[in-house]
Amino acid sequence: MFENLSLLVLQQYWWIIVSLLGALLVFLLFVQGGQTMLYCLAKDEKERNLLVNSLGRKWELTFTTLVTFGGAFFASFPLFYSTSFGGAYWVWIAILFAFVLQAVSYEYRNKKGNWLGQKTYETFLFINGLLGTLLLGAAVSTFFTGSMFSVEKMNITRLSGEMPIISSWETPFHGLEAVWTLEKLAFLQNLSLGLAVFFLSRLLANLYFMNNIESQTIFERSRKILGINSALFLVFFLFWLIRLLFIDGFAVNPQTKEIFMQNNKYLHNFLEMPIVLILFLLGVVSVLWGIFISYIKKSDKGIWFAGVGTVLVVLNLFLLAGFNHTAYYPSTFNLQHSLTIENSSSSHFTLTAMSYVSLFVPIVLAYIWYFWRAMNKTKLSTEELENESHKY
Amino acid sequence: MEQIDFSLVDWSRAQFALTAMYHWLFVPLTLGLSFILAIMESLYVKTGDEKWKEITKFWMGIFGVNFAIGVATGIILEFEFGTNWSNYSWFVGDIFGAPLAIEGIMAFFLESTFVAIMFFGWKKVSKKVHLLSTWMVFVGSNLSALWILVANAWMQNPTGMRFNPDSVRNEMLSFWDVLLSPTALNKFFHTVTSAYTLSALMVLGISSWYLLKNREQILAMRSIKLVAIFGAIAMIITVITGDGSAKEVAKHQPMKFAAMEGLYKGQQNAPLVAIGLFGKPNPATPNKEEFLFHIEIPNMLSYLAFMDANAFIPGIQDLVHGNHEKGILSYTERAERGKMAIDALAAYQLAKKTGKIEEAATQLKILENNFEHFGYGYYFGRNVHELVPSVKISFYSFHLMVILGGHFLLLFIVFWYLEKKKKLEGKKWLFHTAIWTMPLAYVASEAGWVVAEVGRQPWVIQDLLPSIAAVSQIDAFSVQITFFLFFTVFTALLIAEIKIMLSKVKTGSQVIENKQETLK
Ligand code: HDD
Ligand code: HEM
Ligand code: HEM
Repeated sequence: MFENLSLLVLQQYWWIIVSLLGALLVFLLFVQGGQTMLYCLAKDEKERNLLVNSLGRKWELTFTTLVTFGGAFFASFPLFYSTSFGGAYWVWIAILFAFVLQAVSYEYRNKKGNWLGQKTYETFLFINGLLGTLLLGAAVSTFFTGSMFSVEKMNITRLSGEMPIISSWETPFHGLEAVWTLEKLAFLQNLSLGLAVFFLSRLLANLYFMNNIESQTIFERSRKILGINSALFLVFFLFWLIRLLFIDGFAVNPQTKEIFMQNNKYLHNFLEMPIVLILFLLGVVSVLWGIFISYIKKSDKGIWFAGVGTVLVVLNLFLLAGFNHTAYYPSTFNLQHSLTIENSSSSHFTLTAMSYVSLFVPIVLAYIWYFWRAMNKTKLSTEELENESHKY
Repeated sequence: MEQIDFSLVDWSRAQFALTAMYHWLFVPLTLGLSFILAIMESLYVKTGDEKWKEITKFWMGIFGVNFAIGVATGIILEFEFGTNWSNYSWFVGDIFGAPLAIEGIMAFFLESTFVAIMFFGWKKVSKKVHLLSTWMVFVGSNLSALWILVANAWMQNPTGMRFNPDSVRNEMLSFWDVLLSPTALNKFFHTVTSAYTLSALMVLGISSWYLLKNREQILAMRSIKLVAIFGAIAMIITVITGDGSAKEVAKHQPMKFAAMEGLYKGQQNAPLVAIGLFGKPNPATPNKEEFLFHIEIPNMLSYLAFMDANAFIPGIQDLVHGNHEKGILSYTERAERGKMAIDALAAYQLAKKTGKIEEAATQLKILENNFEHFGYGYYFGRNVHELVPSVKISFYSFHLMVILGGHFLLLFIVFWYLEKKKKLEGKKWLFHTAIWTMPLAYVASEAGWVVAEVGRQPWVIQDLLPSIAAVSQIDAFSVQITFFLFFTVFTALLIAEIKIMLSKVKTGSQVIENKQETLK
């Protein structure tokens, strides 16, 4: 059935899947957000253990979503994979490094003979929570502000002289410059999205704890800090969003495939794709609603609204970056080298084969949902932890 | 003009090798122990014997410590294809990306969802659902091995694809050819059964330690009974599929094969070298040594490789200098033809841009006729001896792996026999042997990868893409920094892992040891 679709439709289908994975990832970053609040939400060891174990039963899911996001991006848009990962080397290495530290910390934190001591592993969790969210946010912002790279496929035929490498980064800082590029105040834009994602992950963690843990004190403390996190999130996010609507964007001429700067490009994209706009706004409202019922009405259901809302917001931001004749990974070094979903994708054959694989995605989501529910029938309590043979 | 940055290539290789070898320290135990856990828990559910449950839980604790660090080291590898081998990611991403994505969608989610139930679900889900989860962890981890090994096998024996001169990359033609190539099948079964072997040896060794200390008798005896058979079967399949892998190597990577056997001059009725020691310089190959001493079995190599004692096996010299009698081109000739292919690609693109249709068609023909030598073009005008991998490393690691394999098989059989005859008690020498075999299992396993990966140098994709054309454009110094960063962190985590593991073993399963009466 996928064979008969045109290459363009397959490219769009895959852009949606990659966007969806990215959106799920941002929601699941609540694990990272929670890791940055182990000390302010818990006043003693018992409470801290509750927090860690509550997050600990979800961290693999976030991690796996990150890995799958990477794999799916590689399979469907390999030119992005080679250009961005090889180019923005330091940014990606720092993100990965933060996740390496996380992966062992839950299991080793509390174990006899863990060598580095409990505090070290808790610091690892904090580093992961801070760097993971901040840098991922800043990296995604460069989808709108651009980076200094070049792509020249014919380099591969260079047999003498320079190296036969297709993509190269044109600054020596390999991605780190995203947070200090002055041109068009890109650094402000990138930093504010990074901070927005950081505070978003923390507020989601507050909502998650309120839902998942049986403890009045943690509930109340989460609710208080939720107020602060939400306020800061809104400041950074709105700043980023409003500027986004007014900056020049990277547009593609549909006939010649030439890339040019267009005024208010992303505002136009919203207006020309009303569904994206509506879903995006629905997402924003849903996030706000989740915060509202938790903060004001002391509900423990806020995570569901905020979660769905986050997925909708991020999904539609990705669509904004890639659809409607837009270059999703722009090069400020040479506009014509910018990546679009058309010039960076896999072949028709591979996208088709992968589309069959994508039919597994609903099955995966279904069993995750089913078993997540089975495991969360009751909230996590101190009694449960005390009787548990395997704990973090 | 010589601007290729070799230290960049070398550091990138070193970093990949380092991270892959660390990852591989943890993966085999995950692959095999998850299988053993599933069998043990099945016994518990079938017999209702609570002791099996406690035994399962004990090994599950060991599993958890190992699993976490396996995951930590895996994520680096996946992204390293982008960060350090960016050219490669474009050149073959159309084929290579798919298995990585499928691995995430089909395997890793299975693993991560069910691992949580396996660890925390004992009281939350029914016995049956819990058992199902444990089996799913096994299926998930082994499926992830399948996809990554398919990807690796494809690099050794690229099939099912076509070079597209317009997009300047290789594109997939047949998913099934990639998935079901004999190289992939052999590699998958060899690797997972070698992982089962290693896991069985770990269970055997730890159980033996308990028997030496007169502790945990029930846990140890039952575990030994199970893994002696399990390990013996796994090891036998390891031998069969290892032989299958070697035959594939002989077919598709003759240079690797010659290096594995230290064979410089090709011959019919080639003998198999059972043991050998290098030490004499080989006059025809710079910086390479010949055997000082070796023991050989006549005709055996030809027979093993091609099921025909008369088959001709090309040696390193035949491959480098050519052997026209046998129709083998020399590397110099292949480099020339590869250059023709690469130049034709450039000319084709230029002609297309300037609208010279005929010229483009002519160049395309040249490209197609010479494409099988494409990668050699990067060695045009360079010393072709760079295309010879390290003979010593290939030979030693291959023979070490095979010899250790024999030792493992024997050990399983001895344990099996003595257990059956109820004569295991007090066999201290045997328990000591089992304990000392644990590190050897890791040596054999790592040696296997060294054979596979060092032997194919300098090819990242056999005959198509050498490592000098596969790297990312970064400075060597950056890669050096990240190399030492990963080295430090992984080593620290490894030490922590070993210490936690040891303390778990020392603690044992206190439920069985101390609270016998609470168990039915
Ligand atoms: C416990 C570990 C272990 C043991 C006992 C063996 N192997 Fe092995 N071997 C591996 C672990 C391994 C491995 C780590 O899994 C490798 C690396 C890549 C691969 O496919 O498997 C490997 C690779 C590998 C290769 C290279 C394949 C390639 O280049 O693609 C060959 C030819 C063999 N093995 C052959 C054997 C034979 C004939 C054995 C018989 C005793 C044997 N191995 C035992
Ligand atoms: C997990 C076990 C593995 C080990 C221990 C291992 C070991 C090594 C070693 C020692 C090298 C460097 C060889 C040299 O430079 O002399 C290397 C290179 C490399 N390996 Fe592996 N490898 C493993 C698995 C894999 C797999 C599964 C893949 C692909 C899916 C892979 C892809 C590569 C690549 C791309 C390089 C770098 C380019 C090159 O030097 O060829 N390796 N590996
Ligand atoms: C160089 C190629 C490889 C890459 C890129 C890679 C990638 C990864 C990644 C990203 C993870 C973490 C997954 C998670 O989120 O849970 C992982 C874990 C795992 N990998 Fe690899 N891997 C490679 C080689 C291998 C090989 C050769 C095998 C087996 C034959 C293997 C088997 C596993 C297993 C069983 C896990 C589960 C957790 C554990 O390691 O204990 N991997 N790998």
